[in-house]
Amino acid sequence: MAKSDAIVGWKTITFGCHVLEPGNTASFRTGDWRSQRPVLDKEKCIKCGMCYIFCPDMAYDQTEEGYYECNLFYCKGCGICAHECPKNAITMVPEEG
Amino acid sequence: MAKRVGIEVSIAIAEAVKLADADVIPAYPITPQTHIVEHLSELVANGELDAEFIPVESEHAAMSACCGASAAGARTFTSSSSQGLSLMSEILYIPSTMRLPIVMVVANRALSAPISIWNDHQDIMVQRDIGWIQTFAENGQEAVDLTLHAFRVAEDRKVSLPMIVNIDGFTLSHVIEPIEIPDQEEVDKFLPPFKPRYKLDPRKPISMGPVGVPEVYTEAKVALDNALKASKRVVLKAWDEFAEIFGRKYNPVETYRTEDAEVLLVTMGSISETAMTAVDAMRDSGQKVGLVRIRLWRPFPSVEFRKAAGKAKVLAVIDRCLPPGAVCGPVGEELRSLFYKVPGAPKIFSFVAGLGGRDVTVERFEEIVDKAKAYAKRRPKELYEVIGVREK
Ligand code: SF4
Ligand code: SF4
Repeated sequence: MAKSDAIVGWKTITFGCHVLEPGNTASFRTGDWRSQRPVLDKEKCIKCGMCYIFCPDMAYDQTEEGYYECNLFYCKGCGICAHECPKNAITMVPEEG
Repeated sequence: MAKRVGIEVSIAIAEAVKLADADVIPAYPITPQTHIVEHLSELVANGELDAEFIPVESEHAAMSACCGASAAGARTFTSSSSQGLSLMSEILYIPSTMRLPIVMVVANRALSAPISIWNDHQDIMVQRDIGWIQTFAENGQEAVDLTLHAFRVAEDRKVSLPMIVNIDGFTLSHVIEPIEIPDQEEVDKFLPPFKPRYKLDPRKPISMGPVGVPEVYTEAKVALDNALKASKRVVLKAWDEFAEIFGRKYNPVETYRTEDAEVLLVTMGSISETAMTAVDAMRDSGQKVGLVRIRLWRPFPSVEFRKAAGKAKVLAVIDRCLPPGAVCGPVGEELRSLFYKVPGAPKIFSFVAGLGGRDVTVERFEEIVDKAKAYAKRRPKELYEVIGVREK
Protein backbone atom coordinates (compact mmCIF):
# COMPACT_ATOMS: atom_id res chain seq x y z
CA MET A 1 0.00 0.00 0.00
CA ALA A 2 1.31 3.42 -0.87
CA LYS A 3 -0.07 6.52 0.79
CA SER A 4 -2.22 7.08 -2.27
CA ASP A 5 -3.96 3.74 -1.58
CA ALA A 6 -5.04 5.13 1.80
CA ILE A 7 -7.12 7.85 0.15
CA VAL A 8 -10.69 7.34 1.27
CA GLY A 9 -13.74 9.54 1.56
CA TRP A 10 -15.42 10.57 4.80
CA LYS A 11 -18.16 8.05 4.13
CA THR A 12 -15.75 5.18 3.57
CA ILE A 13 -13.13 5.94 6.22
CA THR A 14 -13.14 3.24 8.90
CA PHE A 15 -15.33 3.69 11.98
CA GLY A 16 -13.42 5.81 14.49
CA CYS A 17 -10.43 5.75 12.13
CA HIS A 18 -9.63 2.27 13.48
CA VAL A 19 -7.22 -0.01 11.65
CA LEU A 20 -9.33 -3.14 11.31
CA GLU A 21 -6.80 -5.42 9.65
CA PRO A 22 -4.10 -6.59 12.07
CA GLY A 23 -0.51 -6.19 10.89
CA ASN A 24 -1.44 -4.27 7.77
CA THR A 25 1.59 -1.99 8.09
CA ALA A 26 3.41 -4.83 6.29
CA SER A 27 1.60 -3.76 3.15
CA PHE A 28 2.56 -0.10 3.57
CA ARG A 29 5.16 0.81 0.94
CA THR A 30 7.65 2.96 2.83
CA GLY A 31 10.03 2.81 -0.14
CA ASP A 32 8.11 5.14 -2.44
CA TRP A 33 10.10 8.28 -1.66
CA ARG A 34 13.62 6.79 -1.79
CA SER A 35 16.20 8.92 -3.63
CA GLN A 36 19.10 6.52 -3.18
CA ARG A 37 19.44 2.81 -2.66
CA PRO A 38 21.96 0.62 -0.83
CA VAL A 39 24.08 -1.67 -3.01
CA LEU A 40 25.98 -4.54 -1.36
CA ASP A 41 29.51 -5.64 -2.21
CA LYS A 42 29.49 -9.34 -1.25
CA GLU A 43 33.33 -9.45 -1.43
CA LYS A 44 33.53 -7.15 1.59
CA CYS A 45 30.53 -8.42 3.56
CA ILE A 46 31.26 -10.52 6.67
CA LYS A 47 27.55 -11.33 7.34
CA CYS A 48 27.64 -9.61 10.74
CA GLY A 49 24.03 -8.39 10.44
CA MET A 50 24.65 -4.81 11.62
CA CYS A 51 22.72 -3.51 8.60
CA TYR A 52 19.80 -5.76 9.54
CA ILE A 53 19.83 -4.53 13.13
CA PHE A 54 20.09 -0.82 12.37
CA CYS A 55 17.68 -0.51 9.45
CA PRO A 56 14.78 1.58 10.87
CA ASP A 57 12.32 0.08 8.41
CA MET A 58 13.32 -3.53 8.97
CA ALA A 59 13.92 -3.78 5.24
CA TYR A 60 16.66 -6.40 5.54
CA ASP A 61 16.15 -10.15 5.34
CA GLN A 62 18.82 -12.83 5.49
CA THR A 63 19.28 -14.93 2.38
CA GLU A 64 20.03 -18.66 2.40
CA GLU A 65 23.69 -17.91 1.80
CA GLY A 66 23.70 -15.76 4.94
CA TYR A 67 23.96 -12.37 3.27
CA TYR A 68 21.60 -9.54 4.12
CA GLU A 69 19.48 -8.23 1.31
CA CYS A 70 17.26 -5.19 1.53
CA ASN A 71 13.70 -5.18 0.25
CA LEU A 72 13.21 -2.07 -1.84
CA PHE A 73 9.44 -2.11 -1.15
CA TYR A 74 10.37 -0.86 2.34
CA CYS A 75 13.83 0.72 1.95
CA LYS A 76 13.47 4.50 2.17
CA GLY A 77 17.12 5.10 1.31
CA CYS A 78 18.21 6.70 4.58
CA GLY A 79 21.73 5.27 4.33
CA ILE A 80 21.93 4.15 7.96
CA CYS A 81 22.92 0.63 6.92
CA ALA A 82 25.79 1.97 4.81
CA HIS A 83 26.88 4.21 7.68
CA GLU A 84 26.81 1.39 10.24
CA CYS A 85 28.41 -1.36 8.13
CA PRO A 86 31.83 -2.04 9.74
CA LYS A 87 33.28 -3.21 6.44
CA ASN A 88 32.02 -0.43 4.17
CA ALA A 89 30.35 -3.13 2.12
CA ILE A 90 27.30 -0.97 1.36
CA THR A 91 27.33 1.92 -1.09
CA MET A 92 24.41 4.30 -1.55
CA VAL A 93 23.73 4.94 -5.22
CA PRO A 94 21.26 7.51 -6.56
CA GLU A 95 17.95 6.25 -7.92
CA GLU A 96 17.55 6.92 -11.61
CA GLY A 97 14.89 9.44 -12.62
CA MET B 1 -42.22 2.26 41.76
CA ALA B 2 -39.70 5.03 41.55
CA LYS B 3 -39.10 6.80 44.84
CA ARG B 4 -39.27 10.55 45.28
CA VAL B 5 -36.68 11.57 47.85
CA GLY B 6 -35.00 14.70 49.14
CA ILE B 7 -31.42 14.26 47.98
CA GLU B 8 -28.37 16.29 47.03
CA VAL B 9 -28.20 16.50 43.25
CA SER B 10 -24.58 15.23 43.11
CA ILE B 11 -25.54 12.15 45.14
CA ALA B 12 -28.56 11.59 42.92
CA ILE B 13 -26.34 11.72 39.81
CA ALA B 14 -24.03 9.13 41.38
CA GLU B 15 -27.10 6.97 42.08
CA ALA B 16 -28.07 7.31 38.41
CA VAL B 17 -24.60 6.12 37.39
CA LYS B 18 -25.08 3.17 39.72
CA LEU B 19 -28.44 2.42 38.13
CA ALA B 20 -26.72 2.58 34.75
CA ASP B 21 -24.30 -0.03 36.13
CA ALA B 22 -21.13 1.71 34.95
CA ASP B 23 -18.12 -0.59 34.62
CA VAL B 24 -15.18 1.80 34.93
CA ILE B 25 -15.00 5.18 36.70
CA PRO B 26 -11.62 6.91 36.44
CA ALA B 27 -11.97 10.12 38.39
CA TYR B 28 -10.18 12.97 40.11
CA PRO B 29 -11.95 15.19 42.62
CA ILE B 30 -12.50 18.88 41.95
CA THR B 31 -15.00 21.30 43.46
CA PRO B 32 -17.94 21.44 42.78
CA GLN B 33 -18.03 18.01 41.17
CA THR B 34 -16.37 16.09 44.02
CA HIS B 35 -19.50 14.73 45.68
CA ILE B 36 -20.44 12.83 42.53
CA VAL B 37 -17.25 10.78 42.32
CA GLU B 38 -16.87 10.63 46.10
CA HIS B 39 -20.25 8.94 46.39
CA LEU B 40 -19.43 6.63 43.49
CA SER B 41 -16.18 5.59 45.18
CA GLU B 42 -18.24 4.73 48.29
CA LEU B 43 -20.73 2.72 46.25
CA VAL B 44 -17.87 0.76 44.70
CA ALA B 45 -16.05 0.33 48.03
CA ASN B 46 -19.09 -1.03 49.86
CA GLY B 47 -19.96 -3.39 47.03
CA GLU B 48 -23.18 -1.70 45.91
CA LEU B 49 -21.73 -1.01 42.48
CA ASP B 50 -19.62 -3.63 40.74
CA ALA B 51 -17.23 -1.31 38.93
CA GLU B 52 -13.56 -0.45 38.70
CA PHE B 53 -12.99 2.90 40.41
CA ILE B 54 -9.62 4.27 39.30
CA PRO B 55 -8.36 7.09 41.56
CA VAL B 56 -6.10 8.67 38.96
CA GLU B 57 -3.37 11.28 39.54
CA SER B 58 -4.95 14.05 37.43
CA GLU B 59 -7.84 14.84 35.13
CA HIS B 60 -5.53 14.34 32.16
CA ALA B 61 -5.04 10.78 33.40
CA ALA B 62 -8.76 10.44 34.17
CA MET B 63 -9.76 11.11 30.57
CA SER B 64 -6.89 8.96 29.25
CA ALA B 65 -8.07 6.06 31.41
CA CYS B 66 -11.64 6.69 30.23
CA CYS B 67 -10.49 6.34 26.61
CA GLY B 68 -8.73 3.06 27.37
CA ALA B 69 -11.65 1.66 29.35
CA SER B 70 -14.21 2.63 26.72
CA ALA B 71 -12.02 1.21 23.95
CA ALA B 72 -11.95 -2.08 25.84
CA GLY B 73 -15.74 -2.13 25.82
CA ALA B 74 -16.50 -0.89 29.34
CA ARG B 75 -19.37 1.43 30.21
CA THR B 76 -17.31 4.42 31.33
CA PHE B 77 -18.19 7.43 33.45
CA THR B 78 -16.29 10.38 34.87
CA SER B 79 -17.01 13.85 36.13
CA SER B 80 -15.08 17.10 36.23
CA SER B 81 -15.17 20.89 36.54
CA SER B 82 -13.33 24.05 35.59
CA GLN B 83 -9.52 23.74 35.92
CA GLY B 84 -9.87 19.96 35.91
CA LEU B 85 -11.80 20.02 32.67
CA SER B 86 -9.14 22.29 31.20
CA LEU B 87 -6.44 19.83 32.24
CA MET B 88 -8.38 17.14 30.37
CA SER B 89 -8.53 19.25 27.27
CA GLU B 90 -5.74 17.51 25.35
CA ILE B 91 -7.56 14.19 25.64
CA LEU B 92 -11.13 15.45 25.18
CA TYR B 93 -10.79 15.72 21.40
CA ILE B 94 -9.70 12.09 21.11
CA PRO B 95 -12.72 9.93 22.11
CA SER B 96 -15.05 11.85 19.79
CA THR B 97 -13.16 11.10 16.58
CA MET B 98 -12.39 7.61 17.92
CA ARG B 99 -16.11 7.15 18.64
CA LEU B 100 -15.70 6.13 22.29
CA PRO B 101 -19.00 6.65 24.15
CA ILE B 102 -17.71 7.99 27.49
CA VAL B 103 -20.27 9.78 29.66
CA MET B 104 -19.18 12.76 31.75
CA VAL B 105 -21.06 15.10 34.04
CA VAL B 106 -19.48 18.55 34.15
CA ALA B 107 -20.38 20.66 37.17
CA ASN B 108 -19.84 24.00 35.47
CA ARG B 109 -17.53 26.43 37.23
CA ALA B 110 -15.55 29.57 36.41
CA LEU B 111 -11.91 29.49 35.33
CA SER B 112 -9.01 31.15 37.17
CA ALA B 113 -7.76 33.89 37.53
CA PRO B 114 -8.91 35.15 39.93
CA ILE B 115 -9.48 31.78 41.57
CA SER B 116 -13.18 31.03 41.66
CA ILE B 117 -14.91 27.84 42.62
CA TRP B 118 -18.30 29.26 41.69
CA ASN B 119 -20.64 28.68 38.83
CA ASP B 120 -20.63 29.95 35.27
CA HIS B 121 -20.20 28.30 31.84
CA GLN B 122 -16.68 29.35 30.91
CA ASP B 123 -15.16 25.93 31.58
CA ILE B 124 -17.38 24.14 29.07
CA MET B 125 -17.36 26.92 26.47
CA VAL B 126 -13.58 26.52 26.24
CA GLN B 127 -14.36 22.91 25.28
CA ARG B 128 -17.17 23.74 22.90
CA ASP B 129 -15.57 22.11 19.87
CA ILE B 130 -14.40 18.80 21.33
CA GLY B 131 -16.97 16.90 19.25
CA TRP B 132 -18.96 15.52 22.21
CA ILE B 133 -22.74 15.57 22.43
CA GLN B 134 -23.65 18.12 25.11
CA THR B 135 -26.77 18.83 27.11
CA PHE B 136 -27.51 21.37 29.87
CA ALA B 137 -29.68 20.50 32.87
CA GLU B 138 -32.01 22.97 34.53
CA ASN B 139 -32.70 21.22 37.83
CA GLY B 140 -31.81 18.13 39.85
CA GLN B 141 -34.38 15.81 38.31
CA GLU B 142 -33.20 16.76 34.88
CA ALA B 143 -29.56 16.20 35.89
CA VAL B 144 -30.43 12.62 36.88
CA ASP B 145 -32.57 12.01 33.81
CA LEU B 146 -30.02 13.47 31.40
CA THR B 147 -27.29 11.30 32.92
CA LEU B 148 -29.28 8.14 32.16
CA HIS B 149 -30.18 9.57 28.75
CA ALA B 150 -26.49 10.21 28.04
CA PHE B 151 -25.56 6.53 28.44
CA ARG B 152 -28.44 5.52 26.19
CA VAL B 153 -27.51 7.97 23.43
CA ALA B 154 -23.71 7.78 23.61
CA GLU B 155 -23.64 3.97 23.44
CA ASP B 156 -26.26 3.64 20.71
CA ARG B 157 -24.47 1.93 17.84
CA LYS B 158 -25.69 4.57 15.42
CA VAL B 159 -24.08 7.24 17.60
CA SER B 160 -21.07 5.89 19.50
CA LEU B 161 -19.91 9.31 20.64
CA PRO B 162 -18.92 10.67 24.04
CA MET B 163 -21.48 12.82 25.82
CA ILE B 164 -21.39 15.55 28.46
CA VAL B 165 -24.22 16.51 30.78
CA ASN B 166 -23.64 20.05 32.07
CA ILE B 167 -24.99 20.88 35.49
CA ASP B 168 -24.44 24.24 37.17
CA GLY B 169 -21.88 23.99 39.95
CA PHE B 170 -23.34 24.50 43.47
CA THR B 171 -26.65 25.86 42.12
CA LEU B 172 -27.38 22.28 41.13
CA SER B 173 -24.53 20.12 42.37
CA HIS B 174 -24.85 21.05 46.05
CA VAL B 175 -28.58 21.63 46.34
CA ILE B 176 -30.95 19.18 47.99
CA GLU B 177 -34.03 18.75 45.84
CA PRO B 178 -36.97 16.37 45.72
CA ILE B 179 -35.88 13.94 43.01
CA GLU B 180 -37.53 10.84 41.68
CA ILE B 181 -34.88 8.13 41.64
CA PRO B 182 -35.88 5.66 38.92
CA ASP B 183 -36.35 1.95 39.50
CA GLN B 184 -33.62 -0.47 38.44
CA GLU B 185 -36.14 -2.37 36.33
CA GLU B 186 -37.19 0.76 34.45
CA VAL B 187 -33.59 1.78 33.89
CA ASP B 188 -32.78 -1.69 32.55
CA LYS B 189 -35.66 -1.34 30.13
CA PHE B 190 -34.40 2.03 28.96
CA LEU B 191 -30.69 1.25 28.86
CA PRO B 192 -29.57 -1.98 27.17
CA PRO B 193 -26.11 -3.43 27.92
CA PHE B 194 -23.22 -1.70 26.15
CA LYS B 195 -22.32 -3.58 22.97
CA PRO B 196 -19.65 -1.60 21.14
CA ARG B 197 -19.16 -1.94 17.40
CA TYR B 198 -15.45 -2.43 17.93
CA LYS B 199 -13.39 -3.00 21.02
CA LEU B 200 -9.83 -3.86 21.93
CA ASP B 201 -9.75 -7.63 22.10
CA PRO B 202 -6.58 -9.73 21.72
CA ARG B 203 -8.61 -12.47 20.02
CA LYS B 204 -9.67 -10.03 17.31
CA PRO B 205 -6.90 -7.45 17.13
CA ILE B 206 -7.48 -3.97 15.70
CA SER B 207 -5.55 -0.72 16.13
CA MET B 208 -7.22 2.40 17.53
CA GLY B 209 -5.87 5.91 17.29
CA PRO B 210 -3.49 5.72 14.30
CA VAL B 211 -1.79 8.67 12.61
CA GLY B 212 -3.97 10.66 10.22
CA VAL B 213 -1.76 11.84 7.38
CA PRO B 214 -2.88 14.97 5.47
CA GLU B 215 -4.56 12.67 2.94
CA VAL B 216 -7.08 11.41 5.53
CA TYR B 217 -7.24 13.90 8.42
CA THR B 218 -9.92 16.08 6.82
CA GLU B 219 -12.07 13.05 6.05
CA ALA B 220 -11.73 11.79 9.63
CA LYS B 221 -12.91 15.15 10.99
CA VAL B 222 -15.77 15.43 8.50
CA ALA B 223 -16.84 11.90 9.46
CA LEU B 224 -16.99 13.05 13.11
CA ASP B 225 -18.92 16.20 12.20
CA ASN B 226 -21.48 14.14 10.33
CA ALA B 227 -21.74 11.55 13.09
CA LEU B 228 -22.32 14.32 15.63
CA LYS B 229 -25.00 15.97 13.52
CA ALA B 230 -26.66 12.62 12.83
CA SER B 231 -26.73 11.84 16.56
CA LYS B 232 -29.61 14.29 17.01
CA ARG B 233 -32.09 11.72 15.77
CA VAL B 234 -31.07 9.28 18.48
CA VAL B 235 -30.97 12.06 21.09
CA LEU B 236 -34.63 12.79 20.28
CA LYS B 237 -35.65 9.15 20.00
CA ALA B 238 -34.08 8.36 23.36
CA TRP B 239 -36.02 11.27 24.92
CA ASP B 240 -39.22 9.81 23.48
CA GLU B 241 -38.40 6.40 24.93
CA PHE B 242 -37.50 8.05 28.21
CA ALA B 243 -40.91 9.74 28.31
CA GLU B 244 -42.67 6.45 27.68
CA ILE B 245 -40.89 4.69 30.51
CA PHE B 246 -40.44 7.46 33.09
CA GLY B 247 -43.20 9.88 32.12
CA ARG B 248 -40.97 12.93 31.79
CA LYS B 249 -40.59 14.42 28.31
CA TYR B 250 -37.57 16.41 27.24
CA ASN B 251 -36.96 18.45 24.10
CA PRO B 252 -33.80 19.91 22.62
CA VAL B 253 -35.25 23.41 23.04
CA GLU B 254 -37.89 24.27 25.65
CA THR B 255 -40.22 27.23 25.48
CA TYR B 256 -42.02 29.07 28.25
CA ARG B 257 -44.86 31.48 27.53
CA THR B 258 -43.52 32.18 24.04
CA GLU B 259 -46.96 32.48 22.44
CA ASP B 260 -47.31 36.01 20.97
CA ALA B 261 -44.11 37.02 22.78
CA GLU B 262 -42.21 39.94 21.29
CA VAL B 263 -39.10 39.56 23.40
CA LEU B 264 -37.64 36.15 24.19
CA LEU B 265 -34.98 35.52 26.78
CA VAL B 266 -32.58 32.76 25.72
CA THR B 267 -30.85 30.78 28.47
CA MET B 268 -29.04 27.53 29.22
CA GLY B 269 -28.93 25.72 32.56
CA SER B 270 -30.35 26.51 35.97
CA ILE B 271 -30.83 30.28 35.59
CA SER B 272 -33.77 29.33 33.36
CA GLU B 273 -35.88 28.70 36.48
CA THR B 274 -35.31 32.26 37.70
CA ALA B 275 -35.95 33.42 34.15
CA MET B 276 -39.39 31.75 34.22
CA THR B 277 -40.24 33.62 37.44
CA ALA B 278 -39.10 36.82 35.73
CA VAL B 279 -41.23 36.05 32.68
CA ASP B 280 -44.28 35.52 34.91
CA ALA B 281 -43.69 38.87 36.61
CA MET B 282 -43.27 40.68 33.29
CA ARG B 283 -46.33 38.96 31.81
CA ASP B 284 -48.30 40.08 34.90
CA SER B 285 -47.35 43.65 34.11
CA GLY B 286 -48.59 43.18 30.54
CA GLN B 287 -45.29 42.72 28.74
CA LYS B 288 -45.13 40.18 25.93
CA VAL B 289 -42.07 38.30 27.14
CA GLY B 290 -41.20 34.62 26.97
CA LEU B 291 -38.29 32.26 27.45
CA VAL B 292 -36.45 29.81 25.23
CA ARG B 293 -34.10 27.40 26.91
CA ILE B 294 -31.47 25.42 25.04
CA ARG B 295 -31.11 21.91 26.48
CA LEU B 296 -29.19 20.31 23.61
CA TRP B 297 -26.11 22.45 22.93
CA ARG B 298 -24.20 20.04 20.64
CA PRO B 299 -25.24 19.10 18.03
CA PHE B 300 -26.98 22.48 17.94
CA PRO B 301 -30.72 21.99 17.32
CA SER B 302 -30.99 24.58 14.53
CA VAL B 303 -34.39 23.54 13.19
CA GLU B 304 -35.96 23.33 16.64
CA PHE B 305 -34.52 26.65 17.72
CA ARG B 306 -35.73 28.47 14.61
CA LYS B 307 -39.16 26.99 15.19
CA ALA B 308 -39.18 27.98 18.85
CA ALA B 309 -37.85 31.52 18.51
CA GLY B 310 -38.04 32.52 14.86
CA LYS B 311 -41.30 34.45 15.20
CA ALA B 312 -40.20 36.78 18.00
CA LYS B 313 -39.07 40.30 17.21
CA VAL B 314 -36.23 40.36 19.72
CA LEU B 315 -33.99 37.74 21.31
CA ALA B 316 -32.11 38.63 24.48
CA VAL B 317 -29.41 35.98 24.67
CA ILE B 318 -27.66 35.41 27.98
CA ASP B 319 -24.17 33.97 28.00
CA ARG B 320 -22.60 32.89 31.25
CA CYS B 321 -19.21 33.24 29.65
CA LEU B 322 -17.14 36.28 28.70
CA PRO B 323 -14.82 35.53 25.79
CA PRO B 324 -12.33 38.43 25.90
CA GLY B 325 -11.85 40.16 22.57
CA ALA B 326 -14.67 38.30 20.84
CA VAL B 327 -17.66 39.76 19.04
CA CYS B 328 -19.99 38.42 21.75
CA GLY B 329 -20.62 35.35 23.92
CA PRO B 330 -20.69 31.89 22.33
CA VAL B 331 -24.46 31.38 22.52
CA GLY B 332 -25.01 34.87 21.10
CA GLU B 333 -22.60 34.14 18.26
CA GLU B 334 -24.31 30.85 17.53
CA LEU B 335 -27.73 32.43 17.23
CA ARG B 336 -26.53 35.39 15.18
CA SER B 337 -25.05 32.89 12.71
CA LEU B 338 -28.21 30.80 12.79
CA PHE B 339 -30.42 33.74 11.86
CA TYR B 340 -27.96 35.54 9.57
CA LYS B 341 -29.81 36.89 6.56
CA VAL B 342 -32.93 34.90 7.41
CA PRO B 343 -35.83 37.07 6.25
CA GLY B 344 -37.89 38.37 9.18
CA ALA B 345 -35.40 37.02 11.70
CA PRO B 346 -35.48 38.42 15.23
CA LYS B 347 -33.02 41.09 16.27
CA ILE B 348 -30.48 39.45 18.53
CA PHE B 349 -28.89 41.18 21.50
CA SER B 350 -26.16 39.52 23.47
CA PHE B 351 -25.71 39.81 27.23
CA VAL B 352 -23.14 38.37 29.57
CA ALA B 353 -24.31 37.65 33.11
CA GLY B 354 -23.79 35.38 36.08
CA LEU B 355 -20.00 35.07 35.94
CA GLY B 356 -18.08 33.37 38.76
CA GLY B 357 -21.16 32.60 40.84
CA ARG B 358 -22.89 35.98 40.67
CA ASP B 359 -26.64 35.47 40.92
CA VAL B 360 -28.81 36.40 37.97
CA THR B 361 -31.93 37.65 39.73
CA VAL B 362 -35.45 38.34 38.50
CA GLU B 363 -34.56 42.06 38.46
CA ARG B 364 -31.55 41.34 36.24
CA PHE B 365 -33.75 39.52 33.74
CA GLU B 366 -36.14 42.48 33.74
CA GLU B 367 -33.21 44.81 33.14
CA ILE B 368 -32.07 42.61 30.23
CA VAL B 369 -35.53 42.66 28.65
CA ASP B 370 -35.78 46.46 29.07
CA LYS B 371 -32.39 46.90 27.44
CA ALA B 372 -33.20 44.53 24.58
CA LYS B 373 -36.42 46.46 23.89
CA ALA B 374 -34.53 49.77 23.86
CA TYR B 375 -31.81 48.36 21.60
CA ALA B 376 -34.42 47.13 19.15
CA LYS B 377 -35.38 50.78 18.66
CA ARG B 378 -31.88 52.20 18.80
CA ARG B 379 -28.87 50.08 18.00
CA PRO B 380 -26.48 49.62 20.93
CA LYS B 381 -22.91 50.90 20.63
CA GLU B 382 -21.42 47.56 21.62
CA LEU B 383 -22.09 44.08 20.24
CA TYR B 384 -22.71 42.71 23.75
CA GLU B 385 -23.18 44.00 27.23
CA VAL B 386 -22.06 42.70 30.62
CA ILE B 387 -25.00 42.90 33.02
CA GLY B 388 -24.61 44.13 36.58
CA VAL B 389 -20.97 45.14 36.25
CA ARG B 390 -19.75 47.98 38.48
CA GLU B 391 -17.56 50.67 37.04
CA LYS B 392 -16.41 52.25 40.28
S1 SF4 C 1 26.65 -4.63 8.09
FE1 SF4 C 1 27.96 -4.78 6.29
S2 SF4 C 1 29.23 -6.49 6.71
FE2 SF4 C 1 27.59 -6.63 8.18
S3 SF4 C 1 26.10 -7.93 7.17
FE3 SF4 C 1 25.57 -5.88 6.61
S4 SF4 C 1 26.61 -5.49 4.70
FE4 SF4 C 1 27.54 -7.29 5.58
S1 SF4 D 1 18.97 2.70 3.35
FE1 SF4 D 1 17.89 2.90 5.30
S2 SF4 D 1 15.93 2.01 4.90
FE2 SF4 D 1 17.20 1.34 3.22
S3 SF4 D 1 17.96 -0.59 3.88
FE3 SF4 D 1 19.47 0.90 4.53
S4 SF4 D 1 18.91 1.40 6.60
FE4 SF4 D 1 17.16 0.37 5.69
